[in-house]
Amino acid sequence: MIYQYDGSYEGFLCCVYESYINKEFPIAFCGDEECFSLYPVRCVITISDHARRVQRGLEKMSIPGAQILRRVFLTCMEDKEQRMYAFARKLFSQGGTFLKNQSDEVYHPLAAAIRHMNGEVEKLKGFVRFSDYGGVLGAEIEPKNRVLPLLRGYFCNRCANEAFFIYDRTHRDLLLYANGRSRIMRVDQLQLDLPGEEEVHYRELWKRFYETIAIKERLNPRCQDIRMPKRYRGTMTEFLPTDHERHRNAIPPAAGAAFPGSAAPGGIPAPAKPR
Amino acid sequence: MDLLEKLTILSDAAKYDAACTSSGVRRGYQPGMIGNTSSSLMGCCHSFSADGRCITLLKVLMTNCCVYDCKYCVNRRSNDTRRAAFSPRELAELTIGFYRRNYIEGLFLSSGVLRNPDYTTEQMIRSLEILRHDYCFNGYIHAKAIPGTSPELVTRLGLLADRLSVNVELPSEAGLQTLAPDKSKAAILRPMGQIRDEVVQSKAELVKYKHAPSFAPAGQSTQLIVGATGDSDRHILHLTESLYQKYRLKRVFYSAYVPVVENSLLPALDTKPPLLREHRLYQADWLLRFYGFRAEELLTAEQPDFNPLIDPKCNWAIGHLEQFPVEIMSADYETLLRVPGIGPIGAKRIISARRVSHLRFEDLSRLGVVLKRAQFFITCGGRMRSGLRYSASTLVRQLESIQRGELPPDGTAVQLSLFDSAG
Ligand code: SF4
Repeated sequence: MIYQYDGSYEGFLCCVYESYINKEFPIAFCGDEECFSLYPVRCVITISDHARRVQRGLEKMSIPGAQILRRVFLTCMEDKEQRMYAFARKLFSQGGTFLKNQSDEVYHPLAAAIRHMNGEVEKLKGFVRFSDYGGVLGAEIEPKNRVLPLLRGYFCNRCANEAFFIYDRTHRDLLLYANGRSRIMRVDQLQLDLPGEEEVHYRELWKRFYETIAIKERLNPRCQDIRMPKRYRGTMTEFLPTDHERHRNAIPPAAGAAFPGSAAPGGIPAPAKPR
Repeated sequence: MDLLEKLTILSDAAKYDAACTSSGVRRGYQPGMIGNTSSSLMGCCHSFSADGRCITLLKVLMTNCCVYDCKYCVNRRSNDTRRAAFSPRELAELTIGFYRRNYIEGLFLSSGVLRNPDYTTEQMIRSLEILRHDYCFNGYIHAKAIPGTSPELVTRLGLLADRLSVNVELPSEAGLQTLAPDKSKAAILRPMGQIRDEVVQSKAELVKYKHAPSFAPAGQSTQLIVGATGDSDRHILHLTESLYQKYRLKRVFYSAYVPVVENSLLPALDTKPPLLREHRLYQADWLLRFYGFRAEELLTAEQPDFNPLIDPKCNWAIGHLEQFPVEIMSADYETLLRVPGIGPIGAKRIISARRVSHLRFEDLSRLGVVLKRAQFFITCGGRMRSGLRYSASTLVRQLESIQRGELPPDGTAVQLSLFDSAG
């Protein structure tokens, strides 16, 4: 049986609910639009009450276990729902003792996926690049995992006195913050203003600093690539032309994520195509 | 001179300082202020330059004019180079502009000696005051205390900065005398002692009065230049250890000497910076700080320098085979930590996992153990890994060949990221 659900975490919990009610094992999960299959499909409707009951059940078995499940839902783990489902079943049947063992077969893939996501979050705390668009700070990112909810607290604290937004191009989520309040919403396409004179000036200064600070006798692109993988560079000021919005706005949105014209500073390859 | 040019000159002159972390102090948002300081252990890296080093702070000099003539330094008086100076306000504005855009975590301000140490420090203080008070900057500041500055000014500097550093640079007094004739060991150690005492005092006052001003809450650090003088690794490591103990330094940084000047007392201009040696010293430094090793265990009078082909921990283990193998299912934390290939995180995971499950060799990799290295030194449930062949005499070569694959082809080393490489 394939389970079709709305792609939300609540929806996933409802799948768990249905599988227990119907005493069956879903062999795969799919979202609302993407289900083409020869297997029978069960369409799971998201019902808050069902989700809440499963959530409470999970917490009763293990609070850290319930937290891991919620967090791993944000990751880009392969076969995410199946693995989450196996994890939930194990929690219900055995409780949370197996969480002590990170090499546990069911737990390990989730732990690894969360570590991968945490790594991305840590990197992005540094790699996010804001531009000043007439007093509002704006940034774009292209993460593999759905990291905006995890970056939210950090940037709301750091930039508490600003108004800012961060756009996740991969998942098309927009984080907005102003006057002490923030929210995340889905936005299919984001058009950026052209940068003002002062903004361009700061970009020049930063690019210059970035190039100057490297010691040429120690050049080490391998080390640089390990610590700052190329996939991040497509949204970082030091690797973009100072007027990158102009290039971007000129290209149709489908190809808009790649910057074919981006000139990279001395010796550093142009940013790789995202994804 | 325009700002872009100044920035170019003054960051170029500052780049040989290895210290670039924003760690050691956690300060959340405060109403009406700009920014915070990062809570993570390593501080926050905002970018990586082409040499693979982390960029976290705007690292610049107030000025590269200098009345001193340290032989190894690009800014020395006798060097024919372009000179520039930031005005205090200009630098404060630049810092804010970079900080708001999330380019940096804060400012690392150092300086050549303009007129005299006090005058220079006053300029730095002026800039930091503008930054902290006019611009309400709440982010990270690392400032250099210049040897010879009067204690009152060091105090004022420490009340504005999160971290202070005094660079030892040359690991021995003899080196100082020949290469930095204007400096003396005493002049370097005096502000270090002062900073240590004021940090302690300030912490005590903060306990008593919540709003007491805090003095360099992230403590102090220093830098040692490696390879400009003939000092052995052993000498450097012992110096490091005593700096940690006596002056309670938070970090000692090592900087492979890059020949920038022709001088008969220094390595020739075409000498490559000893990056691998620097890497080994960082690994050893890690062992001192996080693994409970002492300097005298790692290097001896008979072996005063590290084997460049093997990391210091393996090097130690080979010399102490009588303490191995260690049984994974029962060894305590400290013992596990001494096994090559096991770091603090791996050791903790092992201890947690073995309570609920019998661990096999396959499980260890999933727990973050580097089995390639660890296999020679452990048993799992009383057994060595099956198929493993080695003897005391072949072990060095086996470990060398394993590690050869981990070294970058050009012999330069990937800098350590916390806990993973020193294991
Ligand atoms: S005092 Fe500092 S800047 Fe001046 S020459 Fe010596 S090391 Fe260079």
